[in-house]
Amino acid sequence: MSRSAKFVLAIMLGTTLLALPAVTAAKQKLAKANVEHPAPPSPTKLGLGRAALPQEIEAWDTDVRADGVGLPKGKGTAQQGDAIFQEKCAACHGEFGQGVGRYPVLAGGLGTLKADRPDKTVGSYWPDATTAFDYIQRAMPFGNARSLSPDEVYALVAYILSMSDVIKDPDFELNEKNLATIKMPNANGFYEDDREVAEKQFWKSNPCMKDCRPAPKVTGRAMSVDVTPDSKTGPSVD
Amino acid sequence: MSDRPTAEFLNRRRFLGAAGLAGAGAMLPQLAQAGDASDPKITEVQDWNRYLGDGVDKRPYGLPSKFEKDVIRRDVSWLTAGPESSVNFTPLHALDGIITPSGLCFERHHGGLAEIDPADHRLMINGLVDKPLVFTMDDIRRMPRVNKVYFLECAANSGMEWRGAQLNGCQFTHGMIHNVMYTGVPLKVLLDEAGLKPNAKWLMLEGADAAGMNRSLPLSKALDDVLIAFAMNGEALRPEQGYPLRAVIPGWQGNLWVKWLRRIEAGDQPWQTREETSKYTDLMPDGRARKHTFVMDAKSVITNPSPQAPLKHQGRNVLTGIAWSGRGTVKRVDVTLDGGRNWQEARIDGPVLDKSLVRFYVDFDWNGQELMVQSRAIDDTGYVQPTKTELRKIRGVNSIYHNNGIQTWLVRAGGETENVEIG
Repeated sequence: MSRSAKFVLAIMLGTTLLALPAVTAAKQKLAKANVEHPAPPSPTKLGLGRAALPQEIEAWDTDVRADGVGLPKGKGTAQQGDAIFQEKCAACHGEFGQGVGRYPVLAGGLGTLKADRPDKTVGSYWPDATTAFDYIQRAMPFGNARSLSPDEVYALVAYILSMSDVIKDPDFELNEKNLATIKMPNANGFYEDDREVAEKQFWKSNPCMKDCRPAPKVTGRAMSVDVTPDSKTGPSVD
Repeated sequence: MSDRPTAEFLNRRRFLGAAGLAGAGAMLPQLAQAGDASDPKITEVQDWNRYLGDGVDKRPYGLPSKFEKDVIRRDVSWLTAGPESSVNFTPLHALDGIITPSGLCFERHHGGLAEIDPADHRLMINGLVDKPLVFTMDDIRRMPRVNKVYFLECAANSGMEWRGAQLNGCQFTHGMIHNVMYTGVPLKVLLDEAGLKPNAKWLMLEGADAAGMNRSLPLSKALDDVLIAFAMNGEALRPEQGYPLRAVIPGWQGNLWVKWLRRIEAGDQPWQTREETSKYTDLMPDGRARKHTFVMDAKSVITNPSPQAPLKHQGRNVLTGIAWSGRGTVKRVDVTLDGGRNWQEARIDGPVLDKSLVRFYVDFDWNGQELMVQSRAIDDTGYVQPTKTELRKIRGVNSIYHNNGIQTWLVRAGGETENVEIG
């Protein structure tokens, strides 16, 4: 009660501040015109939209956060996930998460992040296991999203983590209480954007304009790589 | 039915006219040999100058001229597994000014294009708010709105070029960008309706598409300049750009601009979604990765000449391109014709707006010699667009995102232009 009262006050203050110049101008105008009725006060809120009902929030508020907030009740093992994965996921991701065509590789790649061609998989790169739950639940299987039960999603996450040896026991039960405690191999591999410090040499007061470098030589050409789509194969506009 | 004979009659007349022209064309070489060839496009009456053209309503929603049929978005099919989770590219080499036509704004979908009747669309605000709310499109259209021109650049724009010159055309190297005027409601207005709890620090934006796209957005940005937009370039959003409602996050990477926006949740920390951990984090040479790299650095590209728009004439030419910065306005653009040895300031023409493209020009004479053209953007924070070498020295080549290095086009003696790396 007091919090919402404070909020209303803050909104009123904000509105008052924003409206101040207009009100002043309006007052001047009123004074000049000598009109009896003052302008109506600005509403504190627009009054648009309606309250979201609990069942509506429940239907849409299915996201899962890194700390596990939002995880639904449920459970599943890698063993159970294997069967679901082969049926619903392997066509794109391969039986062992190795990827088919250009669909994402899900497993392997541990220790390759400094390599010339790193493999960024769930096991090698993703910092949080909860992210796999959130993503599978919202977007997978590709083309039939939101069709999996929480138990199926727990089982699939367990299977995917087992392919990268994050979960070693095929009967280990993953559930809403332990998923956020799973320690991912690359959990500490991230840091906040530091470009403004680490790249401060890119802020220059006087970039060179004359005789800035020796004569350049061509060292690489897109034409020799030859992967540019032929313009004649573009989509038709008829 | 009744107009069919007329149409056939007109077509027949056009056919005869075309045949006549072909005959005239066959005579051209002889005329040319005479040294004083008159131009039949002038001396002969042309079809379009004689016969009636289409009446009004023949094209009730207009399309570009059929002679511009090659000015289209194009994809690079080997980039992705399939078209539903893919990207195509804006044909920058064929455009001018700063506004991208709505039908040419590059597309990036993660679960295909959601086709939503605005009457069926809902926007929910929940989480750390005093009152969770649901808005219809009618509600949103009754709110105070603003008009702003902003660029939208995918963080992976130029990402295929980290290891070297790979794609031969600025459509492909730099075409994951567009710049339009958005009409929408400041997100702050919507949040004020719901009332944020004091501990709200982040928002999660979620799309209604089959990918359920979700991203975390710091509240400070949300309250600063973020819009919830329903129109672009004066018309409703295009379906491929999030119709009926999308987020507009000025100066920040395109992935945050959630399309088909259906829900905003307030929380006290970021969600660490798939898009902000496994994607859109920048892998550095030491094997660690930068996260929350939201801002798009200052960048520019010469659109003409470029591989899809070679030089065709000696003498007077117009070099042109675009520049932008996610940190503010573009203060200056420099251009070199000799691969970075000597630079000159380009002429910026048209509006210079916050977090918007600017258009620059250098009018020059070309005597047919080889050129190595580059452009270098400088923004109002003093940031100078780096060379690719400078960038790779810090970032290595595995970061995928945020490649804003200076681009080199080699204009060969015949005018053919190619994407090259220089050392």
